[in-house]
Amino acid sequence: MLIKIVEDVDLNEAYHYLQDPGAGGIDLFVGTVRDHAQGKQVVKLVFEAYAPMALNEMQKLAGAAQQQWPIAKLVMVHAVGEKMVGEPVVIIGVASAHRDAAFTACRFLIDELKKTVPIWKKEYYEDNSVWVNAHP
Amino acid sequence: MEILLFGITREIVGKSTLTVQQEEKLETVGQLKTWLGEQYPAMKKLSSLAVAVDSEYAEDTQTLAPGQEVALIPPVSGG
Repeated sequence: MLIKIVEDVDLNEAYHYLQDPGAGGIDLFVGTVRDHAQGKQVVKLVFEAYAPMALNEMQKLAGAAQQQWPIAKLVMVHAVGEKMVGEPVVIIGVASAHRDAAFTACRFLIDELKKTVPIWKKEYYEDNSVWVNAHP
Repeated sequence: MEILLFGITREIVGKSTLTVQQEEKLETVGQLKTWLGEQYPAMKKLSSLAVAVDSEYAEDTQTLAPGQEVALIPPVSGG
């Protein structure tokens, strides 16, 4: 498993790590900065993490995925700091013998990461900024 | 007790670590949350507020002890 929090995510590193002779498929999800949210123009995002706990939670999710699906290699990498529109901020990668498991595990990992891993993003618009999900 | 703050909780308090005096007698996670709401009403307006003890989500009934690493976890928004 390659699990880390970094300044800049490295797609090549993730792909190289995921290569495995027993894998018939590699599923790689890349989350990027979108230029709009709630009908407003997004200028940039700033991410921060409670790193020790975030890594701990990511390890737990990886373990849960490995229990449910036959996974050869697994990557979870999240960026922190300032990210501009179009930049990658998170990589989830799963290599498995068959594509079904790779797709399903990949989806599980990104969906659960968004629910439990202590990482926060602040969206900056032209005129103000907001911590995403903070308020109802 | 030192409490680590992140995201919006850091902005509400205005610093990244909050020191709670022993006289406050906060013995559980639930008591800490109630105290935080009284001191910082903006905390009560959040969608949710979790507390982590030693890097694990903690229940309200969990006892706080010296030497633990305590952190506030406002609604997460990674990905």
